[in-house]
Amino acid sequence: MRVTVKLFARLREIAGGDTLERDVPAGATVADVWRALVAEWPTLVAFDTTVSGAVNAEYAPMSRTVAEGDEVAFLPPVSGG
Amino acid sequence: MAPRFTASHAELDGAAVERAACDAATAPVGATVTFKGIVRGANQGRRVVRLEYEGYETMIARVFARIAEEIDAHWPGTSSAIHHRLGTLRPGDVSVVIVTASAHRAAAYAANRYAIERVKQIAPVWKHEHFEDGDVWVEGAVAGEDDEAARLKALEIACA
Repeated sequence: MRVTVKLFARLREIAGGDTLERDVPAGATVADVWRALVAEWPTLVAFDTTVSGAVNAEYAPMSRTVAEGDEVAFLPPVSGG
Repeated sequence: MAPRFTASHAELDGAAVERAACDAATAPVGATVTFKGIVRGANQGRRVVRLEYEGYETMIARVFARIAEEIDAHWPGTSSAIHHRLGTLRPGDVSVVIVTASAHRAAAYAANRYAIERVKQIAPVWKHEHFEDGDVWVEGAVAGEDDEAARLKALEIACA
């Protein structure tokens, strides 16, 4: 199944784009999507312990199962304000 | 009616944020407190040329609404509005405006401090600082709105 991946800030720069389409197996979790990205761009591993996930624009645990058409976002540590 | 929670590339309008907070009030307003975040001309000894703010725009308003719910739960009857700027900002520009409105000043002040601490903890916004001699992505809090320890820390700061 296909999901849309959104990346921000340093993650976006490392991957060279803010929106990607990726095929993932049924039952895949947010963590599985992240691991696939790290396999593509190994320097993302630096964010392994600090990245947060969101599904369809809401925070989601890395253990959340994703569904066809979901927008899965990865957020490095935030710095608004 | 002015939106309560937005992220915008346009210059922020403090009066509109105040109207939004007051319009949302469910009790007579006796005090408002306004916080404005301003881009500093220097940070950690380096002169700032500009900041680039990036945001997850469809998520920001939801997170701000969540912060407002937390405020209403802790300081009942205190309403709030939060507008954040995105894009290129220069020293002196306003990056964020938070207005809290309440029957009494104590709640309005405390809730306002809480709001900016929570924005810094969980708003999906990133700051890219550009100096005369380089640039850096500012990486602050590890984001997650269900991090109860972080929420309690913000509450502690607000009530200090």
